[in-house]
Amino acid sequence: MKILVPVKRVIDYNVKVRVKADQTGVDLANVKMSMNPFDEIAVEEAVRLKEAGIATEIVAVSIGVAQCEAILRTALAMGADRGLLIQTDQDIEPLGIAKLLKAVIAEENPNIVLMGKQAIDGDNNATGQMLSTLLGWPQATFASKVVIEGDEAKVTREVDGGLQTLEVKLPAVITTDLRLNDPRYASLPNIMKAKKKPLDTKQVADYGIDVAPRLKVLKVAEPPKRSAGIKVADANALVAHLKTAGVL
Amino acid sequence: MAVLVIADHDGAHLRDTTLKVLSAAKALSPDIDVLVYGAGSATVAVQAAKADGVRKVLTAESAGLNADIAEDVAALIAGLAASYDTIAIPATAAGKNFAPRIAALLDVSIISDVMEVVDANTFVRPIYAGNALETVQTSDTKKVLTVRPTSFAAVAADGGSASVEAASAAADFAGTRFVGEEKVTSDRPELGAAKVVVSGGRALGSAEEFHAVIEPLADKLGAAVGASRAAVDAGYAPNDYQVGQTGKVVAPALYIAVGISGAIQHLAGMKDSKVIVAINKDPEAPIFQIADYGLVEDYKTAVPALMAALG
Repeated sequence: MKILVPVKRVIDYNVKVRVKADQTGVDLANVKMSMNPFDEIAVEEAVRLKEAGIATEIVAVSIGVAQCEAILRTALAMGADRGLLIQTDQDIEPLGIAKLLKAVIAEENPNIVLMGKQAIDGDNNATGQMLSTLLGWPQATFASKVVIEGDEAKVTREVDGGLQTLEVKLPAVITTDLRLNDPRYASLPNIMKAKKKPLDTKQVADYGIDVAPRLKVLKVAEPPKRSAGIKVADANALVAHLKTAGVL
Repeated sequence: MAVLVIADHDGAHLRDTTLKVLSAAKALSPDIDVLVYGAGSATVAVQAAKADGVRKVLTAESAGLNADIAEDVAALIAGLAASYDTIAIPATAAGKNFAPRIAALLDVSIISDVMEVVDANTFVRPIYAGNALETVQTSDTKKVLTVRPTSFAAVAADGGSASVEAASAAADFAGTRFVGEEKVTSDRPELGAAKVVVSGGRALGSAEEFHAVIEPLADKLGAAVGASRAAVDAGYAPNDYQVGQTGKVVAPALYIAVGISGAIQHLAGMKDSKVIVAINKDPEAPIFQIADYGLVEDYKTAVPALMAALG
């Protein structure tokens, strides 16, 4: 069984982002970039499926600038077998990414696509669902447990108010939620080995797919700042303040 | 042209979130229809028909729709899309699950988590865990939006008198089968709609302590209970209590954070609350930078004192 894991290079989740003064976007110059945390969980799950003897090959794919190669090397160091970088300097929306991934899937024929539920930069939470729609495959999003049984996946999903379990026929697209697993750290020997694993590079243009943006970003602004609050001496003072503020 | 709003309901009651999405829809068009799908749609449709500004209510049920299977919900809505130029969906876990499918079926971009409607083609949405707000203009002729309910005021729940009619659901998608669900039952108000939220963090130290400290305070205030990711990951509180970028986004009148340091991801889920109270023994905790009222004290003494002060 072959698993395809799309991974995205995003601003590290610990970095406090800064909006550019001219409001054209977020300042990404000299900022630490990492693999999207939800994608790390997807790589981890794929590697665990391989360790359990269910998956035979894991292909990691990333779409973006040349530096995405570092993210793919991280996936390889975690246990993926091969990498594919589809290079572009353009920022592509989830629909365009889904169309490119569909083309990759036509070449690779994976049984499962495992990917993060959302990227922490665009916060769209859309690519997995769009990809599954374009492929006509079932989707199981926000997965907190994945069990593969024959040609089906039994997936427990995090929904509002609790958990839901679905059974999807493979091939399928599964998107990961935070509680699916704890991703491993790549060990130094594995990082060294990852440098020798195959990594192909293609260009977006090689696929002949229209990925032109449908949305025009007019402005990126800082959210309104909250005015500085006060420290209160004790619980009685707190209750008095809350009564004055009219929230009690 | 018209807007189709997808209702959020629990099988018996229309949720407040629907009324908030209706208010976003009102900014787009005077012609608003509501789709109520799933078990109990007939009961809920009656409530939706009374909501202010609704022109028509559509209902649909099938096994797949009742189980909230994204493939079936999206197929139903995409089938209705010809009569609408905008489809507005509450940004709930269910909405986020099927909305991108509708967009893909219609070959349009999705605009997620809309916080403000600038005009019919221009919307404001949060990026980077709410640390930046992006204004986007779409060139798509049809628009699929998910709407962040906490950013809009609810329309009046009565006063309207819309007609109700049935829409026909397509055959269920064969690739997905509903196995079961595990709902967390609670008598407290729903986290997303509560006026007061009391949240606990890692400092609580155990699930027993979380029950013993956070829940009585919440009950005293008639509040919903929330939790930070650290508290959820440590097993002190169930997953769906989680407030933050990856959990629920809330904006109550009063948010009380107990033993929560205030990581960026948590703030993304609650920083639009009207009044924020932080109780934390660490005076340097980032939560104090956004709290209106901060109490630097161990929760073990602060919470009982607060209970006593509330009388």
